[in-house]
Amino acid sequence: MEWLSYLPALSRGALVTAAITLSAIAIGAVAAFVAGIARVEGGRVLSTVALCYTELFRGTSLLVQLFWFYYALPLVGISFEPVATGILVLSLHVGAYGSEIVRGALQSVSVQQHEAARALNFGRAQTLLHITLPQALVEMMPAFGNLAIETLKLSSLVSLISIADLTFRAQSIRNLTLDSAGVYSLTLVGYFAMSLVLMLVMRLIERWVRRGAAFPRAAHS
Amino acid sequence: MTETAQVAIDPQPPIIEFAGVTKRFGALTVLDDFNFSVARGEKVTLIGPSGSGKSTVLRILMTLEPFQEGRLTLAGMPYHEPNAGGPFKASDAHLRQIRSHVGMVFQSFNLFPHMTVLRNVVEAPLRVLGLPRGEAECRAVDLLAMVGLADKKDHYPAQLSGGQQQRVAIARALAMRPRVLLFDEPTSALDPQLVGEVLSVIRGLASEHDLTMLLVTHEMRFAREVSDRVCFFDKGRICEQGEPERIFSAPEQPRTREFLASVLG
Repeated sequence: MEWLSYLPALSRGALVTAAITLSAIAIGAVAAFVAGIARVEGGRVLSTVALCYTELFRGTSLLVQLFWFYYALPLVGISFEPVATGILVLSLHVGAYGSEIVRGALQSVSVQQHEAARALNFGRAQTLLHITLPQALVEMMPAFGNLAIETLKLSSLVSLISIADLTFRAQSIRNLTLDSAGVYSLTLVGYFAMSLVLMLVMRLIERWVRRGAAFPRAAHS
Repeated sequence: MTETAQVAIDPQPPIIEFAGVTKRFGALTVLDDFNFSVARGEKVTLIGPSGSGKSTVLRILMTLEPFQEGRLTLAGMPYHEPNAGGPFKASDAHLRQIRSHVGMVFQSFNLFPHMTVLRNVVEAPLRVLGLPRGEAECRAVDLLAMVGLADKKDHYPAQLSGGQQQRVAIARALAMRPRVLLFDEPTSALDPQLVGEVLSVIRGLASEHDLTMLLVTHEMRFAREVSDRVCFFDKGRICEQGEPERIFSAPEQPRTREFLASVLG
């Protein structure tokens, strides 16, 4: 069983992939909420800044962004560790997509809810925090679930800035053994297993957000 | 105090006063040089065809709509600050001060779907007035008992009928202790058999001496029963107003007669 000998190296790579993915999801979620809320509530300056960020990172290739931060930025004297660069760029990239999810969900909260909040004299921050965001969160969850899986798969690109993630390890082993079928099959299984876990976790978070009989959909399920 | 003395010497300035207010939506003029005042504690019903501006009056009072010309005051406080950086503007702090005296009940209830009935009523006193939780919950439970829904406090809005939701919405508005309470067609979205339970709650409030009430409704019999004054709106102005008995039994204006004939059948 040749492929058993790949497992230790592939597992080490999978751990790196998992660490980068989870960090990028966490930091990306913060970026998504900050930019998404700024788009809706930020006034002219803040919402323009958020719009520029979102469109810049959605409109360019992740691979080129990684290369730019890893190879071009050091030329002006700013450089990070490869892993830090990978996490930063991946976070900003998925955060840009996430901010559109946050914006869309916030804007889908009905005008009547805003009017009810105003009639009860809630301030803008209170309305966001207690009225609109909790309702929008429920709308965001399915899309966030997709984005989390997408983050895992996109993370394979960090192998190209010399980070030893699952894809990087797979490439190295294949170059040594030339066993493309065995190595890449195992790698696919590795990604799939991780995405299953991620899907499960996101489903649990979604159920927690929908807790209680708060919405008709949940009330009958 | 005799009836005549009450009418002749009014010691209180009006709590609401519209003076020459004009409201436009684009090219459409909804309120046209509108003059209207309401005395403290008065219960006024606004009737008229749809699009005549009745709901707009309430929405302007709740600061949900700006207006373009004229002057509006609440207990002497103008809606527009003279130095807020432009005509017909007011700062957020100023508008919040106005809103603290006004409450509103909406046609479609607009309860917060992610909160239980109790939290719907508790949330604003807790966050906006800064009441301690115990006190806010005490107040909420009393109000829910008053609207007959004490046993539903842990339900979510989606689990209630329309009539029950509207009663919760009334309790929620009252929890902020407004001096002026606005009802914007509170029974229009309800099934006919649920209208009565909401009207009986409003009827109870009509006996509160200090609460000023403005009610937009199509329930003519109810308007006749609870109001001190009925105003008939037509084309952005009050076409005719007076005591309900007179408006309903002997309307003077042809437009009023026409309208009443059409709605009373």
